[in-house]
Amino acid sequence: MSKLYSGAEIVFKCLEDQKVEHVFGYPGGAVLPIYDELKNHSSIKHILVRHEQGAGHAAEGYARSTGKPGVVFVTSGPGATNVVTALADAFMDSVPLVCISGQVPTHLIGTDAFQECDTTGITRPCTKHNWLVKNIKDLPKTIHKAFEVATTGRPGPVLVDIPKDVQFQKTSYKKYNKQKKSNGNSNNFFSQEDINELIKLMSQSSKPIFYTGGGVINSGPKASKLLRELVSLTGFPITSTLQGLGAFPGNDNQFLGMLGMHGSYEANNAMHDCDLMINIGARFDDRITGKIDEFSPKSKKVHIDIDPSSINKNIKVNLPIVGDVAQVISSTIKTIKKIKPGFAKSNNQKISKWWEKIQKWRSIKSFDFINSTETIKPQYAVQRLYELTKNKDTYITTEVGQHQMWAAQHYKFDKPNRWMTSGGLGTMGYGLPAAVGVQVAHPNKLVVDIAGEASVLMTMQEMSTAVQYSLPIKIFILNNQYMGMVRQWQELLHEKNYSESYTAALPDFVKLAEAYGCVGIRAKTPDELDDKIIEMINTDRPVIFDCMVDKEENCFPMIPSGKPHNQMLLGPNDQKETKITKKGKALV
Amino acid sequence: MAKSKSAYSIPGKQGKFDTHIIVVWVDNEAGVLARVAGLFSSRGYSIESLAVAEVDPKLNISRITIVTTGTPQVIQQIKLQLKKLVPVHKVADFKKEDKNVIFKEMALLKVVGNNSKRKKAIKACKKYNVVILDKTNKSVVIQITALRREIDKLTKNLKSLGLVSTSRTGAVAMTRGSEVFK
Repeated sequence: MSKLYSGAEIVFKCLEDQKVEHVFGYPGGAVLPIYDELKNHSSIKHILVRHEQGAGHAAEGYARSTGKPGVVFVTSGPGATNVVTALADAFMDSVPLVCISGQVPTHLIGTDAFQECDTTGITRPCTKHNWLVKNIKDLPKTIHKAFEVATTGRPGPVLVDIPKDVQFQKTSYKKYNKQKKSNGNSNNFFSQEDINELIKLMSQSSKPIFYTGGGVINSGPKASKLLRELVSLTGFPITSTLQGLGAFPGNDNQFLGMLGMHGSYEANNAMHDCDLMINIGARFDDRITGKIDEFSPKSKKVHIDIDPSSINKNIKVNLPIVGDVAQVISSTIKTIKKIKPGFAKSNNQKISKWWEKIQKWRSIKSFDFINSTETIKPQYAVQRLYELTKNKDTYITTEVGQHQMWAAQHYKFDKPNRWMTSGGLGTMGYGLPAAVGVQVAHPNKLVVDIAGEASVLMTMQEMSTAVQYSLPIKIFILNNQYMGMVRQWQELLHEKNYSESYTAALPDFVKLAEAYGCVGIRAKTPDELDDKIIEMINTDRPVIFDCMVDKEENCFPMIPSGKPHNQMLLGPNDQKETKITKKGKALV
Repeated sequence: MAKSKSAYSIPGKQGKFDTHIIVVWVDNEAGVLARVAGLFSSRGYSIESLAVAEVDPKLNISRITIVTTGTPQVIQQIKLQLKKLVPVHKVADFKKEDKNVIFKEMALLKVVGNNSKRKKAIKACKKYNVVILDKTNKSVVIQITALRREIDKLTKNLKSLGLVSTSRTGAVAMTRGSEVFK
């Protein structure tokens, strides 16, 4: 008879076979048997967080920066409910997470037992799938299935809820060999005809654009490489969503910058005026499309996505191609080389007028701002941070708000998996724990969380985690004492009634850093900024950097709602101020 | 057009609504109905009626039949989103007007009244293929299997003839002919 293992041992056997090295978690009554077993598995390192939401975001940062699934342990009841925000965040941004939660013993389920909650019920709408394992015999296959669901197709979070008595029960375990199947094959539903049709559209187009998203990053580093090849082969301009930054080099001449609500003038205008839009791994989010009825009215649209339900969800497309981005691009490149070897040459002339138009839009320099010698402008701070860290293979995370948009606009990424931000759910407090997770995965790399002072206070407790594990994360706070994006909307939409958006009692971040046992640095003027940033980079410990910036800077350009892409609000230099109607206010 | 600086988008034009019958084959496991129903409620799709039961005890397969309305785009989304659920095996979609598909609903109707009323009630049911399941000298329980609108019409007619209780199922569907949906 084969050896019998307890449920808790099975959990670790499965994690070992899945090659998991790090787990983020927090113990509690209903997961004690699993935590008891931890000591016997030296290949798995547990990172103790200070709040379960932090565990979830740390696992997200870990997953986004490595391409591997992040693993989380939480206890029942409050442990599980605390991780819900992170699961919802991962669900929106397609991040593979496997969350293992403890549950009260099976005989107590449904009795309102201590620390009981309907975990699978609560997490059902924000996971790809979840399981309550009531029978020990189902445990091994359920955990392996959980990893498979989390990492295949469009990735996402899953949860396995294990009652405490099941963690003690015993069953046999067969070694699991992870099949090395590529994500593509089982999810590819495209044919060579689709590729031929795409190339036909590409060769007919005189105003083409690539619009790429997080799907390119999720498809793996190979997809980014292939994308670069395709873009240079065709000579087409390319723009990227917030999540897609890094898939294509940010300082390349063919790159028009990020598009969308706070995207560049040239990217949004090119999206509006193009005659062929090739969407690669993006999902026509409302922050991208603006007014749907007037979204890119004259273009033929191609949508390459691994998730069939993303096709025609928000925007009707002419040519859907369902498949893994890397494989679709690879087939496209091969076919172009075979049937149209001189594609780039013949094409250059055809799209030269288009590029001239784009250059005109570019000359507006929509990300520009009026700099100051007295106060630090937040955009300037991000620019300096970029200049001083760009040669270091830096990993950037962010919180949510103005600072996030400024980071996206002014920090130029040239590699995938270097940019971790909460796009879909917009979770304030994401960046600090995410930085913890990134640093765990890349102990020798520079990891910076570009933060706002309001966001970072939501998960500030994770500094304690960073100190415990000597994770030298850098928390670069653009401190304007306001919830900046809220303040900006109140200025533009609510007659400058800054209702509850000013934080009247902020902690002294330098002292706070010292209290946590890390290093605090403060910069107040533009002259001292560079030296202080260099000091931060050279500090081999966690740092909280309090960068005191202009309090009333707004984030421009901006597409107002109900407006198509070609009607953007530019910065302070834009004189075309318009009154806001009642109808407009109701929409916020 | 109203000028606004609001950051949210305004709703676009709405398409025409159609009634569809969606049939879903699922693993009969705990929570599977909640998953399917939750998908509809969380994405704002409507459920007009729902019928579910296990159809293959050996393979543990249940068949869920959902009547819903939506624009062609919404119906397409419903199918694609359903297919993404892990316990879902296959999804079929029929238009209500589809002549190749049989739709049926069942209802149990209890009529209470004197002899003449009960007789009138049974007479009103003549047109439909009804079964009398229970009879007393005060009441009668009638089973009817028909289309939704036929049952609607009958219950309306029976109101004045002593209909006191109605129990209805959701619609179930089956294609005509020898072919089976794969």
